[in-house]
Amino acid sequence: MAEIRNYTLNFGPQHPAAHGVLRLILEIDGEVIERADPHIGLLHRGTEKLVESKPYNQSIGYMDRLDYVSMMCNEHAYVMAIETMLELEVPERAQYIRVMFDEITRILNHLMWLGTHALDVGAMSIFLYAFREREKLIDCYEAVSGSRMHATYYRPGGVYRDLPDKMPKYLKTDTRTDKEIEKMNENRQGSLLDFIDDFVKEFPRHIKQYDDLLTENRIWKQRLVNIGIVSVKRAKQLGFTGPMLRGSGVAWDLRKNQPYAVYDKLEFDIPIGATGDSYDRYLVRMEELRQSNKIIGQCVTWLKANPGSVMSDDKKVAPPKRADMKDDMESLIHHFKLFTEGYSLPEGEVYRAVEHPKGEFGIYLISDGANKPYRVKIRAPGFAHLASMNEMTKGHMLSDVVTIIGTQDIVFGEIDR
Amino acid sequence: MQKLLEQLEEFFDSSNITSSYGELTLIVASEDIIGTCLKLRDKLEFDTLMDLCGVDYLTYGQSEWVGDASNSGYSRGRSAQGGEDRHQQRFAVVYHLLSVSKNYRIRVKAFVDEAEPIIKSVTDIWASADWYEREAFDLMGILFENHTDLRRILTDYGFVGHPLRKDFPMIGEVEMRYDEELGRVVYEKVSIEPNISVPKVIRK
Repeated sequence: MAEIRNYTLNFGPQHPAAHGVLRLILEIDGEVIERADPHIGLLHRGTEKLVESKPYNQSIGYMDRLDYVSMMCNEHAYVMAIETMLELEVPERAQYIRVMFDEITRILNHLMWLGTHALDVGAMSIFLYAFREREKLIDCYEAVSGSRMHATYYRPGGVYRDLPDKMPKYLKTDTRTDKEIEKMNENRQGSLLDFIDDFVKEFPRHIKQYDDLLTENRIWKQRLVNIGIVSVKRAKQLGFTGPMLRGSGVAWDLRKNQPYAVYDKLEFDIPIGATGDSYDRYLVRMEELRQSNKIIGQCVTWLKANPGSVMSDDKKVAPPKRADMKDDMESLIHHFKLFTEGYSLPEGEVYRAVEHPKGEFGIYLISDGANKPYRVKIRAPGFAHLASMNEMTKGHMLSDVVTIIGTQDIVFGEIDR
Repeated sequence: MQKLLEQLEEFFDSSNITSSYGELTLIVASEDIIGTCLKLRDKLEFDTLMDLCGVDYLTYGQSEWVGDASNSGYSRGRSAQGGEDRHQQRFAVVYHLLSVSKNYRIRVKAFVDEAEPIIKSVTDIWASADWYEREAFDLMGILFENHTDLRRILTDYGFVGHPLRKDFPMIGEVEMRYDEELGRVVYEKVSIEPNISVPKVIRK
């Protein structure tokens, strides 16, 4: 009989199921994984080094590019760290806008995750449905910031500008009839808030569609149930956060446990799993979609009723109005100082974390009193999750590796930084 | 937080505990890191290591904008001047711990020397330390004793240097291109000029 030896397989970095640039060295015995060694860093751009060389505000854009499917949540952690050190008061309206966009971002992220995870596992059509709704939310991003992905919308002290009164409409094209265009613009007649309100009302129906396609689907369950089980103890040991920890049955969510912004004023629930397998994490994230939708609805109601300022009036941090600069010397000086030198933070250090769609996203900021950070450490949730790849895949089949990558919700922008 | 502070003071010298922005920092000697971490995990229920990172205090408190202003406008590549470092040792390893069960956070800081940047690994205490320590080794050059697999993690295969150290230039040391004649990629000394577009200014 021929001798059977372990086989080493190189998975990625260009494999479509590797969610970016993951290179996995798999040691397999037949089709069973003996050891998985993820090689990361193929998307390393030195964000932490770059941030050290720029004034604080210029780095907000880098935060978008960390986890590039949950852009505004990354910004939130960064601006919160700065605000804490400056002891800056953020207007309540800005806080609500942030929370609303954090939750929009969560839906964006979870839809992306749902689509690609299902695609990897073999369910093709769900991807298209998920991206249909994603498109609308990306339009909301575009309406407030002018950019569909990398918004740079949050600023220390508030947000860049108030929500627009008009939702941009589709223009006439040669390929569509006027009637079609009119139908597409039907929910874009009012303000951005009206558009989001319409989305909130429609979205549960869409979640039901995803639910119908997957939750009781036999193939989906065969591929997910009992794959990648993580016990509570191991999940804590491995530094899991977010849906990965909640999937194992720990009701831990920073929005509830250490509330920031206005989460303590909103009503929502934290779903948890029971067995800690991939299917439970799927259910947790699906429920998070519903809860996020609920939070957005509450924010829309509040924002419609409470107009007001969206930026702190601290002149040292918030840029002056254009109109004021025309005849006010002081505004001109503030503008000049702010855009040439920036503002300085007091000496000290702070760690601020948000409940990012993937888990705890934290910014550890050290300032030596300068206009640039002395050191910024980005605590990315995906980094800890991917580190557990070896443990989670051991003993599973090769095809389950794809499920586990999917369930970890890996995005390389934040892991490689 | 007050409750945690009281509990901490049972185990640690209160002069090593500082509090700022609602966060507690515990400074320990690098030799004591294992004992400290075990106490924190077993006695105070810090069940999760959220983050571990290295910090380089080489240019702490130094401004790039003192002395003569360069007259070459925005292309100036100024080196840091002035200031004095109040940190006795160059590197620090910073641990951010979280207690999920008690809902506490703490930051533990251990300074290590430049000549011998070695500290004991905490991988046996929290499994998540594995990759974090590899990262701190890769980017900061801090060595972790008893770590079983201390390879580089984020930088390229065969990378030289530790890029997050303050004396590592922003533009890097080498650049890479494809060489037609050799038929492979080659590394060359970096050809771009360092550039500081906004100088660092310290204002009290």
